[in-house]
Amino acid sequence: MAHAPITPPLSKEQLLKAYQQMKTIREFEERLHIEIQTGEIPGFTHLYAGQEAVAVGVCAHLSDSDYIVSTHRGHGHCIAKGCDVGGMMLEIYGRAAGLCKGKGGSMHIADVTKGMLGANAIVGGGPPLAVGAAIACRNRGDKTVSIAFGGDGSANQGTVFEAMNMAVVLKVPTVFVFENNGYAEHTGADYAVGSKDIAGRARGFGMPAESCDGADFFAVYAAAGRAIALGREGQGPATIEPRITRYYGHFEGDPQLYRAKDETKELRETMDCLKNFRARVIKEGWLTNAEMDAIDSDVLALIDSAVKTARAAPPPNDAELTTDVYATY
Amino acid sequence: MTQKSMRDAINEALHLEMERDPRIIVLGEDVSGGAGGTSGNREASGGIFGVTKGLWPKYGDARVIDTPISESAIIGAAAGAALAGLRPVAELMFADFVGVCMDQIYNQAAKFRYMFGGKGSCPVVIRTAMGAGMNMGAQHSQTIYPFITAVPGMKVVIPSNAYDAKGLMITALRGDDPVMFFEHKALYPRKGEVPDGAYTIPFGEAALVREGEHVTVVALARMVVFAEKAIDALAQEGITCDLIDPRTTSPLDEETILESVASTGRLVVIDESPPRCSVAADIAAMVASKGFRSLKAPIVQVTAPHAPVPFARELERAYVPSPARIEHAIREVLKD
Repeated sequence: MAHAPITPPLSKEQLLKAYQQMKTIREFEERLHIEIQTGEIPGFTHLYAGQEAVAVGVCAHLSDSDYIVSTHRGHGHCIAKGCDVGGMMLEIYGRAAGLCKGKGGSMHIADVTKGMLGANAIVGGGPPLAVGAAIACRNRGDKTVSIAFGGDGSANQGTVFEAMNMAVVLKVPTVFVFENNGYAEHTGADYAVGSKDIAGRARGFGMPAESCDGADFFAVYAAAGRAIALGREGQGPATIEPRITRYYGHFEGDPQLYRAKDETKELRETMDCLKNFRARVIKEGWLTNAEMDAIDSDVLALIDSAVKTARAAPPPNDAELTTDVYATY
Repeated sequence: MTQKSMRDAINEALHLEMERDPRIIVLGEDVSGGAGGTSGNREASGGIFGVTKGLWPKYGDARVIDTPISESAIIGAAAGAALAGLRPVAELMFADFVGVCMDQIYNQAAKFRYMFGGKGSCPVVIRTAMGAGMNMGAQHSQTIYPFITAVPGMKVVIPSNAYDAKGLMITALRGDDPVMFFEHKALYPRKGEVPDGAYTIPFGEAALVREGEHVTVVALARMVVFAEKAIDALAQEGITCDLIDPRTTSPLDEETILESVASTGRLVVIDESPPRCSVAADIAAMVASKGFRSLKAPIVQVTAPHAPVPFARELERAYVPSPARIEHAIREVLKD
């Protein structure tokens, strides 16, 4: 089929920013995968590699005065919402200069000044918070919105049902983004989501919902744009369900015995949002390989410097143990 | 000053503060009541105990929000709205319902400020009705404040009278941390002197309800009323007690309790909750470790039994520590 040249849905500046953010998330996660094996990074880490187009495709519509709530797999959302990459790396290493002074860690990165209300280690913990943030948006009347990121696993939590219904009842501007990456921890979504259709479930609560190809930045951007526009126009909540995959396990160290042997290897070939993005913008003549190659090397340098800084940075002082909490005994 | 019930005193605090601070919103089940339905009466209840009455007619849907029966979403939405700059008052209709929304309280609201390295606060006030005495059975009668007192990051307020309830509520609404505010159902109609204007009572400052020399009695909420009865009866015999109402269990005014025990040497702690890991046990442990040398006799705790709250009138009466049991405990602690 002949494909006529079309006007890009984003400006050149926005396209470059989207590519830069997706590449930053990818390299951030690929590098963490390597660094975790040194044993220097404490705790649980859940990597977002493979899902970059979702975080970036949604957050490309947002400003600092819009809100997002994230998940245990939150690095991508943080980067897409504008959190400082160096501060994030410091936080993941548990350093004093981290975004949360080393008290949050990978699963609790937040920056309220950027409208990033926290990664959240409780599956289904975030959507009720997003409804509350949307009440604040509605009451301010400034056309801001809140986004509740969640996975296919969260789509089975009662708290999420409560949040979806309440958002419809109160007609507040929350967009529920269910990143269906096929697995809830070690269990397939084809098993655990009874109806096998998360968007359909959202429609059952009385809001518009659509699924889209999560590996296609432009598809996510368009679907998110429709959903967010409804919120900004005062039409209440909406849902999108990007179908996507994750390149790594549930957490780092997960042997992934629930996946076919070469599944992730094949998916890296067939479901890669960065490759898809590059192919599309080259084909349409919107960006050049040289422009994107330059971003690639800048991103590698940024991540490398973030890791080096974080490795050398001092840990928090023990005196910080009981600061930022009310009443000590 | 006029006599007002605790219900009206809290209601007045909400009215005054909502007038003063446009960031305050109220949300919960039936906080106005009458949304939907066939009567056309848009404020059909004003809260099932009437504590939020008159707010909806004044502030409307934007600030007085009737929610579905979705406790996790109520508390979570309150916490999220607080992160986004509002100052929500969430009503958890009965304290017993904490089980369905505990995550949003102890993993979310309580922890944000700490997890975010101090770069964010969650000023949400969770109002909830608690306590036995109305034959509401095992799932509508508990005093679950020990669970919440145990959570770092939460402030816990447990008023025993109308005056304190109003001042403590205003303090809660002006603070920057999450507060759980426990209102004893049996105290709602009890009247006391309450000024019309706004005033605050600081958290972590106990009230010395009675002054005496022989025994220190510590009690919360309705137990303060029962302890007053017991203490006033004993005063006829020349036995006098300090009666301390901590008013907040987090922060806890340890100093006032320890100072009193230093002078009396004897401690009786009253708690409507079951005995294990209770506030009574917590205060007893605190005095045993920090005031041991002042003690002339073993500490006596008067609590509910380690059982669910029963339904039948006679059983429920036997469950709740009574003035007679408190009087007996004070006599016991004086025997040594």
